[in-house]
Amino acid sequence: MSRIKACFDSLKQRNRTALIPYIMAGDPEPGVTVALMHAMVEAGADLIELGVPFSDPMADGPVIQAASERALEHHIGLRTVIDMVRNFRQQDSTTPVVLMGYLNPLEVMGYAPFAAAAAEAGVDGVLTVDIPPEESHDLIEMLHQHGLDPIYLIAPTSTSARIQSICANASGFVYYVSLKGVTGAANLQVQAVEDKLKEIRTYTDLPLGVGFGISDAERAAQVSQSADAVVVGSAIIKRIAANITDQTAISAEVTSLLRSMRQAMDS
Amino acid sequence: MSKVSESADRAENFSDMPDAQGHFGIYGGMFVAETLMAPLLELRQAYEKYKDDSEFLAELDYDLKHFVGRPSPLYFAKSWSEKLGGARVYFKREDLNHTGAHKINNTVGQALLANRMGKKRVIAETGAGQHGVATATVAARLNMECVVYMGAEDIKRQAINVYRMRLLGAEVVPVESGSKTLKDALNEAMRDWVTNVDDTFYIIGTVAGPHPYPAMVRDFQAIIGRETREQVMSMEGRLPDALVACVGGGSNAIGLFHPFLQDSDVAIYGVEAAGDGLESGHHAAPLCAGKPGVLHGNRTYLMEDGDGQIIETHSISAGLDYPGVGPEHSWLKDIGRAQYVAVSDEEALTAFHDVTRSEGIMPALESSHALAYVAKLAPTMAKDQVIVVNMSGRGDKDIHTVAALEGISV
Ligand SMILES: Cc1ncc(COP(=O)(O)O)c(C=O)c1O
Repeated sequence: MSRIKACFDSLKQRNRTALIPYIMAGDPEPGVTVALMHAMVEAGADLIELGVPFSDPMADGPVIQAASERALEHHIGLRTVIDMVRNFRQQDSTTPVVLMGYLNPLEVMGYAPFAAAAAEAGVDGVLTVDIPPEESHDLIEMLHQHGLDPIYLIAPTSTSARIQSICANASGFVYYVSLKGVTGAANLQVQAVEDKLKEIRTYTDLPLGVGFGISDAERAAQVSQSADAVVVGSAIIKRIAANITDQTAISAEVTSLLRSMRQAMDS
Repeated sequence: MSKVSESADRAENFSDMPDAQGHFGIYGGMFVAETLMAPLLELRQAYEKYKDDSEFLAELDYDLKHFVGRPSPLYFAKSWSEKLGGARVYFKREDLNHTGAHKINNTVGQALLANRMGKKRVIAETGAGQHGVATATVAARLNMECVVYMGAEDIKRQAINVYRMRLLGAEVVPVESGSKTLKDALNEAMRDWVTNVDDTFYIIGTVAGPHPYPAMVRDFQAIIGRETREQVMSMEGRLPDALVACVGGGSNAIGLFHPFLQDSDVAIYGVEAAGDGLESGHHAAPLCAGKPGVLHGNRTYLMEDGDGQIIETHSISAGLDYPGVGPEHSWLKDIGRAQYVAVSDEEALTAFHDVTRSEGIMPALESSHALAYVAKLAPTMAKDQVIVVNMSGRGDKDIHTVAALEGISV
């Protein structure tokens, strides 16, 4: 069984919504990442989304763009990110890790070498922002061959026909983009999210994660009423950006944010 | 790859391209985040509907004639041809269009479509500012809100066009991320679109981006080649031996080339910006020195590093300073129907001065790249052979750049 499925199965038994933090690999510098991943698990993260830096992050707001630029100053590429996961796996063999990024680094590495290396290192899922199902036949095949889950986005603009075809391709979980906009935007509407999740559930039994625009414990708690997982990115990265030169402070602030979210979601 | 070469054998394929999902062989496609798929499919549907709609086409023709000033002349550059000592060189005078470049052919078309689709707000990216001005121009006329994204670097080197856009009522938003040039402006425009999908129409300025843009912009620009065909037939009684155009994203080039693709005797040359020289690494020539990858919604040749990061480009001409290229050009390169070459900043500047002095026509620095290649090609051809080069825009916007290089402040 995949780590992602095992994770969601166990959460379901405990009646608990998954908390999924997103950080950018190599931000603000490569030495921080693996230790921060362990600290986040300690603070209540159930699954980790690890961002792969890209020079042109079209779907990201200014906070994650800046994180990508900081990581790129250290030349963090896809291979280095995979190495970080391998490193993380030496101490943590259960927490699922999903790589999230853009297609071009995968194109340049090659789908087959990428899927083989990622699976070998202990990556569990791959979320590629800029590849809709129409274009992803070859990539999905390669990911499946190596036991990796292709994670797909569904958007507020997705028609029911598209939701159906996306769910047919997805495994692991499905990621609902909670708003029309880029990551870190502020126009989240909880009721609209609930309605859309209901619609999506008519097409799939996969767990549904919600992300983009979940900025604090209160929102996390609200969304966790209807979602199976809550994804938090920009809110975490803001805390990293505010403490660039102080690794201890980064860890302290990020874990305290996650603890407050965890608490609000569980109560 | 076998798919690509098979299709090259079937000449009718040039007009059948791209397929329904926007593929030119392995290039093109729709590589965007899910949120943008619905508006792109809506746009594709609207474009499919109106591109053969006689009322829409009549309105477009009217605007091209009375607002843009088409047809643009085909001009025999007698004195420059004599100087070069070879083929007879003709300029397709897109520089004489309203707003001074070919860009307006496309913005007039897309604005009409936006209007039909009931969109009240248009956005655009711009590099040299020509597409931004052309968008602000049509938006003013149709009373639409207009926001133009422009790299902070480009804002510095194209100050006149920035002011023109503001006079026309557009908001010009400086883009400070990444390399602060055209590619970053495109990223920012995409982010705006994803946020305002309901009421906003994104007018892309070249044959790049996700399907249907490469096909739609090509179709709006193909008026250049259709007119050229008629004009050269009436002036020379035959088709040209060679076509030459500069390639940034590739819209003026594909506009000239497309109606001639099936004429295998017509040689086709696209000219990229070699900047400081291809060996220097400081250039903007993905077709000559790049590799295929995915950026801005399509698969195409790109300038990228070994990790798949897009690298910074360099060209004296802001309109060519782009690390990608329209997917149809990537396909035409691979099947061998067009040849892609590159000329340096210095060669382009020399051509700028030569043509200005010998023809009394001041070309845009972008167009000067095409002219610089003509200066190499024409002398190798016979005196009764014919070259048509796309004079894609006029040089007024560039005089500050040229003056600064000569140490003169104007
Ligand atoms: C005069 C002129 N020519 C050419 C270009 C390059 O664009 P494209 O390759 O799409 O024609 C530009 C772009 O700004 C331009 O202003």
